[in-house]
Amino acid sequence: MKTIYVDNNATTRVDPQVLDAMLPYFNDFYGNPSSMHSFGGEVAHKIDEARIKVASLINASPDEIVFTSCGTESDSTAIHAAISSVPDKKHIITSRVEHPAVKNLCEHLSKKGYRVTFVPVDRKGMLDVDYLYNSLTDDTAIVSLIWANNETGMIFPIEEISRVVKQKGIVFHTDAVQAVGKVPVDVDKSKVDMLSLSGHKIHAPKGVGALFVRKGTRFSPFLIGGHQEGGRRGGTENVVSIIGLGKASELAGNHLKEVTTRVGQLRDKLESELLRKIPNVMINGDSENRLPNTTSISFEYVEGESILLMIDEFGICASSGSACTSGSLEPSHVLRAMGVPFTAAHGSIRFSLSIYNTEEEIDFIIEKLPPIIEHLRNLSPFWK
Amino acid sequence: MWEYTEKVKDHFLNPRNAGVIEDADGVGEVGSLACGDALKLTLKVDDDKKISDAKFQTFGCASAIASSSALTEMIKGITIDEAGKITNNDIAEYLGGLPKEKMHCSVLGRDALEKAIANYRGEPEKKVDGEIVCECFGVTDLEIQRAVKENSLKTIEDVTGYVKAGGGCENCHDKIQEIIDSVNGTPVTEKTRHSKLTNIQKIRLIEETLEREIKPELKKDGGDIELIDFADNTVFVKLCGTCSTCSASQLTLKHYVETKIKELVSPELVVEEVAQ
Repeated sequence: MKTIYVDNNATTRVDPQVLDAMLPYFNDFYGNPSSMHSFGGEVAHKIDEARIKVASLINASPDEIVFTSCGTESDSTAIHAAISSVPDKKHIITSRVEHPAVKNLCEHLSKKGYRVTFVPVDRKGMLDVDYLYNSLTDDTAIVSLIWANNETGMIFPIEEISRVVKQKGIVFHTDAVQAVGKVPVDVDKSKVDMLSLSGHKIHAPKGVGALFVRKGTRFSPFLIGGHQEGGRRGGTENVVSIIGLGKASELAGNHLKEVTTRVGQLRDKLESELLRKIPNVMINGDSENRLPNTTSISFEYVEGESILLMIDEFGICASSGSACTSGSLEPSHVLRAMGVPFTAAHGSIRFSLSIYNTEEEIDFIIEKLPPIIEHLRNLSPFWK
Repeated sequence: MWEYTEKVKDHFLNPRNAGVIEDADGVGEVGSLACGDALKLTLKVDDDKKISDAKFQTFGCASAIASSSALTEMIKGITIDEAGKITNNDIAEYLGGLPKEKMHCSVLGRDALEKAIANYRGEPEKKVDGEIVCECFGVTDLEIQRAVKENSLKTIEDVTGYVKAGGGCENCHDKIQEIIDSVNGTPVTEKTRHSKLTNIQKIRLIEETLEREIKPELKKDGGDIELIDFADNTVFVKLCGTCSTCSASQLTLKHYVETKIKELVSPELVVEEVAQ
C-alpha cells in the first residue's frame, strides 16, 4: 500500500539530496571537528558551511547560529538564558497556544517562583496583542511566542510584536520551528533576540536543531561542557545531522516559493472539497495569517482517533487534536484556548502538506474521507 | 500509536450490531460529547429473559467502538441475570486486552449495560451516588472506589485510565490518592497528616521550611526572610535584605514563599508580610 504522508508538521521525509550530503560523514570522514589534525579540521570546515547555510535561510550572521539537538533544546536554552541573565526579574509572558516545549517549561517555571502570563487567543487563533502589551512590566524577563502554530498553522505578527517588546528592553524569543521553510523568516526585519528552529521539520533528520542568538544578547549555555559552538553549547557536535541541516536549509530557501504557491493550492483544494462534500465541518483558524501547508478541520459528532485509524487503512497519515490522541483525555490545549466547542474539538484532524505531496494524493483523500465520516456518524448516537 | 489487538481492530473496522432497536425493552445511555465518548445500548429481551438482540451507537475512539461492538456480541443469547454479571474486565478480555489508558472504554460498556438492564427491569434511574471528585469528567468518589476495588488499581494514572478521573486539570489528584489509599488500606499520606498538625508542630515545620527551602533561594538574590508570628493559620513574616526594597517582593511572597509553605507544611496556611 502506498503511503500518503500529510503529517509534515509532525516530521518530514529527509530529502534525498540531504541524505547524499550526509552519508560520507558517517564512516569516511568521521573526524572530531575539535581535533587538531586536518582529518578533523575538514569536518569543522563542513560545520562552518552548514552554519552559513542555516544563517542565510533566516538572514542571520553565521556566528549567531548555535546548533542544538532539537527544537525543544533550542526553546529551553533560549528561555533559561534569558531568565538567568536578569535573575531579579520574575515574570514570563507567553501564549496559551504554545508547543509543549515552551508551554510545559513555562508551567514548570511557574512552580519555581516565576509568574507566567499566558496571553489568550481569539476564536480564530489570533493573539490578543493588546493583552500582551498591557502585560509587559518592569519585572518581565522574557516574552516567548510561537511564530506559527503547529496545530492550526496560525501565524502571529512576530515582527510587529518584537518591535514593541524590544522598545521596552525585554528579551524576545520565538519558536519558529513550524514557520521556517513555510513562510519568509527574516531576523533582520523582525527584532527577535532568539529564534528556535528544528531540522526534521524541513527535511533534515531528527535530532538536530538550531538557535539564533542575536549579537549582543546576554547568553549562558544550557548544556555546560566543552568549548563547542563558541562556548554556547557543550558536547561533541552531531556532525552528520548538522551537515544535513545545512543542506536542508539551502533547499528550504529554494523551495519556499513552491510551498507558498503549489502546496498552498493543494491545501486549499483539500479544504474546499472536504467542506463541499461533508456537512457539519469547520476549519479551525483563519484563511489569512496561516501557514500555506496546514489545515485543522473539525468533523462534528465524530472522534478524531477513529478517523485517523480509518484513513490509516488507506495509508493516509495525518494527526488529530482529539482527547484520545493527545494522551491526556482532554482535547488539544490549542483548540480549547480558541474556544472550539467539544462537538468539534474531539473530531479535529490536521493535514499538513509538503512539497512531496501530489494532486493525485489530495484527490485520493478527498475521495476516501467523506464515506468514512458518514460511516462514523452513522455509528454515533449524536448524529441524526 | 496505540497498541490495539487484532480483535480490537476487527471490531472497530467491522462493528457488529451497530444501530438502534426501535421497540427496545431496555435502553442504556452513558457518556457525553464533552467527555469524548458516549454509548447508547438498546436491548430486546424475550419471554425467557434472554437477550435476543442488542444494538449499539457509539461516539468515541476505536477502542470505544470495539468495546461496544464486543459487548453486544457477548450479551446476545444470554439471560439478563447472566449479562448483569459481566464486568469491564470481561469486555477487555473478550477483545484480547485494551491499552491501560483505554480501559475506560470497557467501563463505558459495562455502565451502559447496567443502565439498560435497570431500564428493562423498570428500576428507577439511579441517581449519581457519592460526591463528585473529578469535576472535569464528573466522576464520583464511589465510582473511583469501585474501579480501584474491582481492578486492583494502585496509582492515580491507573484510575485515570479506567474512569478518566484526574485526566483533566489534575486538581483532584490528592483526593484520588486518598481513595486509593483507603481502599488498599495503606496509611494516610503525608499531606493528609499535615492538616492534623498542632500549632506547635506547624511552627516547627514552618521554621524548618524557611531555613532549608526558602532562605537559600532568597539569599541567591541578596534577600532574606524572618518568621515574626503565627496565628489562625496565618504566617507573619518580615522580608529583609534586598527583598525589603524590591518591587516584586509581594510576588515573591505570594507566589514563592506561600506556595512552598502550603506545599511543605499545610495547604490551609497563608503568608502575610508584617508592616516594616
